[in-house]
Amino acid sequence: MAIAAFAGNATAVDATPRRRSWVALFLLLPGLLYLVLFFIVPLVSLIITSLESQGLDGSFAYGFVVSNYTDSVSTFATQIWRSFGFALIATVIALLFSYPLAYFIGVTARRWPLLQSFMLILVIAPFFISFLLRTLAWKTILSDNGPVVTALQGLSLMGPQGHITGEPIAVVFGLTYNFIPFMCLPLYTTLERLDLRYLEASSDLYASGWATFRKVTIPLSLPGIVSGTLLTFIPAAGDYVNASQDFLGGTSSTMIGNVIQSNFLVQQNYPAAAALSIVLMFVILVIVSVYVRRSGTEDLL
Amino acid sequence: MTPQNTFADSGADLELAGISKRFPGFTAIEHLDLTIPAGSFFALLGPSGCGKTTTLRLVAGLEEPTTGQILIGGRDLTNTKPFQRPVNTVFQSYALFPHMTVLDNVAFGLRRRKMADPVGKAHEALRLVELDHLAGRKPLQLSGGQQQRVALARAVVNRPALLLLDEPLGALDLKLRRQMQLELKTIQNEVGLTFVHVTHDQEEAMTMADTVAVMNRGRIEQMGAPEDLYELPKTTFVANFLGQSNLFTGEITASTPTSISIGVSGRAIVVPKDRAEIHTGVVTIGVRPEKLNLLTEEPEARTGVNVIGPGRVIDVSFSGVSTQYVVAVPAVGDIIVFAQNMDFGPVVTVGAEVWMSWSVDHGFGLADSPELVTAEAGV
Ligand SMILES: Nc1ncnc2c1ncn2[C@@H]1O[C@H](COP(=O)(O)OP(=O)(O)OP(=O)(O)O)[C@@H](O)[C@H]1O
Ligand SMILES: [Mg+2]
Repeated sequence: MAIAAFAGNATAVDATPRRRSWVALFLLLPGLLYLVLFFIVPLVSLIITSLESQGLDGSFAYGFVVSNYTDSVSTFATQIWRSFGFALIATVIALLFSYPLAYFIGVTARRWPLLQSFMLILVIAPFFISFLLRTLAWKTILSDNGPVVTALQGLSLMGPQGHITGEPIAVVFGLTYNFIPFMCLPLYTTLERLDLRYLEASSDLYASGWATFRKVTIPLSLPGIVSGTLLTFIPAAGDYVNASQDFLGGTSSTMIGNVIQSNFLVQQNYPAAAALSIVLMFVILVIVSVYVRRSGTEDLL
Repeated sequence: MTPQNTFADSGADLELAGISKRFPGFTAIEHLDLTIPAGSFFALLGPSGCGKTTTLRLVAGLEEPTTGQILIGGRDLTNTKPFQRPVNTVFQSYALFPHMTVLDNVAFGLRRRKMADPVGKAHEALRLVELDHLAGRKPLQLSGGQQQRVALARAVVNRPALLLLDEPLGALDLKLRRQMQLELKTIQNEVGLTFVHVTHDQEEAMTMADTVAVMNRGRIEQMGAPEDLYELPKTTFVANFLGQSNLFTGEITASTPTSISIGVSGRAIVVPKDRAEIHTGVVTIGVRPEKLNLLTEEPEARTGVNVIGPGRVIDVSFSGVSTQYVVAVPAVGDIIVFAQNMDFGPVVTVGAEVWMSWSVDHGFGLADSPELVTAEAGV
């Protein structure tokens, strides 16, 4: 191959790409198989399910019932809007919280590698415990006779009938908390590679700390911001654990994930659940592609 | 002081008072006192790692001095932030913002200061470095030399009272470098800005600068007008770093009210007292290779002329304008002679027996000796 690259004759030039494409195809094979098996097949089956019709006896048959979509979307519009609203708020809070943290670990703490590793471990440490357990723990902490509510009531910042669990605030909190590592790690990886000489050049060119942050630091860490927000927003929008009534949610904070879950597992209305899943996926796809296009980091996808 | 949104109407003088800079476990700058008058072109020369970049970083505010003060235009700016200083830098590593086009890079400083017409001015600066046609590209799509010129434009466009240039022309070919040198000189003269220019190119330093400082191991060994520095170096380091020198070390054997002489392999080498740093003990006397005359016969002893020899020519290298001869003199060492090619080709060949003479007034006496310098360095 190396020799062929130097040889100027046409046969060598022809042979190289063909051989390389076979190698590439071979290497791609596991990935392609995976994609077909675990993405294409379930997707097709989901689409088929979403269009099924329900017989009088309650059984489902193949069909082309588009009203499955319109009906379920109009029935659950509130939950759909709420899901994206919660996910958006959680993403923004997670970003605001994670950026300074990632900046500290990736830039400020560069001089102390030990501190850097220690803080990184702290960010990852929650993964050592199942997130179900951690969310349950929060449920206890935030429960009506838990320390937080008691303290707030003691300070008269909350009425005697007030709750945290079951309210939207608890769900958003849970989403934020659970997805912060997914925001923090991509931010950390870009900030860790940030070349400080650009910041120096910027401040040499009359940019104050804030202007440097806006004009240089943020654009240079944009890939991390984009992947962090995607890694947070996408799973948060479809999350069904935090908003579940067994965890932090209540009747007024149900998200689309919970609706899909109960349609699939409790009401066994498979077409509605499948239709909602596809709507969710489609909306996320549209949001993500617009977002990525707008932030100018198409190379990321 | 905040940077005004007008261009500097004149250069500012720079004063470093008792500056030192210590990194953990390493002293990069040792007690530096330096005054650069407004409007001058100051060149900083020195071997790699001697502290040139560190000095510029201290002036720009990117590094805090361990001790000492930095005054720009008479104002103490030691504790101000880089963006508050009327200073711009052409960085050794360029540091062009990779996410901005060339044009946005150049306009960056103007926009931060809310200057009128940043785009027009940026184009003008790019025309100056002949890169206006690449204004829309990203820095990574440029060659090294083009990036360097963008870095130059990005700093120059701000017309700062004090411009710091860290090897700003190192990546350019000779022709382009000459051209940029002229441009820089023009810009500097036009507004009377103060330039501090770090370079490895001695010729560049000599031709462009009003004042040249030779730096070594965090200290300025000597500074002055280029011709003074060349004709009358004061230390072994300067004598060898700036051009080449033939050095002779010996105990003083005779001393008159106006001159001293040392004995070198049985001959007296004389140097005027006003061209010698020390007048007692062991002294090193030097002379530049082009000041030597190559003689094929032993000359008559005359006052006012030093003679050394005989020696054997061991190398002749012809370089067009001149020829360099290396002559081995027993008990003295190798001596380098540059001779203009007045005739066709070299006048002597390898193996010839020669003497060398030079006018006493061309010699210089150094403050230190090569042996002592080597001993100091622990070699
Ligand atoms: N942050 C730092 N920590 C420790 N030592 C440093 C630091 N920055 C520079 N130095 C040291 O200080 C000395 C001077 O460095 P400087 O960059 O000023 O050299 P320079 O004269 O510009 O060299 P060159 O001509 O190679 O660019 C070097 O020995 C370098 O290793
Ligand atoms: Mg340097």
